[in-house]
Amino acid sequence: MNAQAIAQVLVSGLLIGLMYALIAAGLSLIFGLMDVVNFAHGEFLMMGMYITFGLFVGMQLDPVLAVPIVGAALFMAGVLVYLLLVRYAMRAEANVGMVQIFSTFGLGTLMQGLAQYFLTPDYRQVSGSWLANKTIELGGVFLPLPQIAGAVVSLLAFGGLYLLMSRTDFGRALEATREDQGAVALVGIDRNRVFALGWGLGLALVGVAGAMLANFYYIHPQVGGAFSGIAYVVVALGGFGSVFGALAGGVVVGLVEALTTLVLPASMKTVGVYVLYLLVVVLRPSGLFGKP
Amino acid sequence: MGTAAVSSGATQGVVAGYRVHRRRQVLSVLAVLAVLALLPLLVHDAYLRNVLILTLLYASLAQAWNILGGYCGQISLGHALYFGIGAYATSVLYVNYGLLPWFGMAVGAVLAAAMALLLGWMCFRLKGHYFSIATLVIAEIGLLLMHNWEFVGAAMGIQWPLGPDSWATLQFARDKAPYFYFVLGLFAITWVISFQVEGSRWGYWWRAVKDNPEASESLGVTVFSSKMAAAALSASLTAVGGSFYAAFVAYIDPDSVMHFRFSLLMVLPVVLGGLGTLWGPLLGAVILIPLTEVTRSYLGGSGTGIDLIIYGALVMLVSVLKPEGLVGLFGQFRGRRGAGGAA
Repeated sequence: MNAQAIAQVLVSGLLIGLMYALIAAGLSLIFGLMDVVNFAHGEFLMMGMYITFGLFVGMQLDPVLAVPIVGAALFMAGVLVYLLLVRYAMRAEANVGMVQIFSTFGLGTLMQGLAQYFLTPDYRQVSGSWLANKTIELGGVFLPLPQIAGAVVSLLAFGGLYLLMSRTDFGRALEATREDQGAVALVGIDRNRVFALGWGLGLALVGVAGAMLANFYYIHPQVGGAFSGIAYVVVALGGFGSVFGALAGGVVVGLVEALTTLVLPASMKTVGVYVLYLLVVVLRPSGLFGKP
Repeated sequence: MGTAAVSSGATQGVVAGYRVHRRRQVLSVLAVLAVLALLPLLVHDAYLRNVLILTLLYASLAQAWNILGGYCGQISLGHALYFGIGAYATSVLYVNYGLLPWFGMAVGAVLAAAMALLLGWMCFRLKGHYFSIATLVIAEIGLLLMHNWEFVGAAMGIQWPLGPDSWATLQFARDKAPYFYFVLGLFAITWVISFQVEGSRWGYWWRAVKDNPEASESLGVTVFSSKMAAAALSASLTAVGGSFYAAFVAYIDPDSVMHFRFSLLMVLPVVLGGLGTLWGPLLGAVILIPLTEVTRSYLGGSGTGIDLIIYGALVMLVSVLKPEGLVGLFGQFRGRRGAGGAA
């Protein structure tokens, strides 16, 4: 194997890794904010992909232009999910742990069923978008444009998230709420408002990821499952609740997956990722980049 | 100790009430089993018998899951792994080596318990969601490996040979009633084990671990080994269910026994019926399985997603609106959850 082929594998891994990071960012944000795991995360990715597909087929809107619309739609979905479901789930007095898992879990299953019923289990594809099937060559390494665009949008989103968290009042309120939920009330921050906006922001991120992913991945009702497993691993590696840990975790997962294909058949490419996950679970349960 | 403050007379009253409660539970289960045992005499339709068998199978699996998830509070989303171990051990030993399914069933149960101990050693340091996510990921790894393992047929799976009807090989092609009695027996066993567990020191330990691991540790409960015991017991009973299922359908492949759907189907009856209750798993299965089977046959195959809509909506609503489960609607069956919560 020559240097060019290895560079190809590493670059592909890096590009898909940045996509994984963006998919996992919202999961990590919500977890860090309120200690709730969104078990419907993959289904919201699916929702973002289907909205993108719908805009493309119905209004000939390119996925790249659909990004803000999908993000806004998923933001509203996130606010609603918090206000109508999660808020009540958090009030449970019996079987608290179970309720937190199965409220969002049930929502995800329901969404999958609805997608299957109304949109059929058929595989869909956004074909003929601006970026589709275009590649650029850089020193013998071929880079598909849709993946590059996904990686760029991912980096922009993390950059925006960093500015939001560090420069705005909302970001500071978010940070303060995750530090101490009780104390923020004393300084006049409405906890419910922060949680609702946090859910909105978290799902907007996964919506943006869905729009970019629709450029180069098949869309079907089970598509969320394929990515939510990876997203949990990314979040576990990055340290639960650490949004920028998710960025590092995503890149590591992408690279490990790409390197696995060098030694195992493509159908087993996730084995390497899972082995890494098990090692981290045993050796460093707080994640590679989390505080021990 | 909280009981020190209670006068001895009141304590005796509580103990006597508890004995009456336990005796009533035993009478209830005898009555339920007797009624269930008569069902094949009334129901002759092959489709309905199939629904009955599946209902009792999932009731048993849910009861097994409840030992770890309900009593011990460790929410596993990967029990399909143990179900698959039972199904595969039985099928491989019978089809490739001619060993009777009963033997494979025992091997599967032991393997599943060993696997549960290994995974418990790895994962029981993780708390809450972290543990659930780990079980989910590990079951996915198992599914992925089975898809690629040629020795067990990889994605092609294992087909059981046709043979005469016999209890030795658990093959009943014409009349499915023996399968019904097998799962009825399995349900009775899982119920009795749960009943024993509820009243034993283990049961108290597990509930203590569930309610507050740190406090129970400080009172001398060995949290880790207690969780390990619950995991091994739960996994081996689940594997027996998997062995039965393989004999019942006589053809298995990775997706038909280890898909995430099975992990889900073991958990949902418990969530619906009542987590950590004796009767919740049966109640949940009696509601869920016939409902989905019947809607599925009237509204088309499982590809339409109707079953997912029902599962999802029911679980979401029950977990938020009635977190103690539907069994809470029957006051007398509620057991000692109230007492446990007050301690």
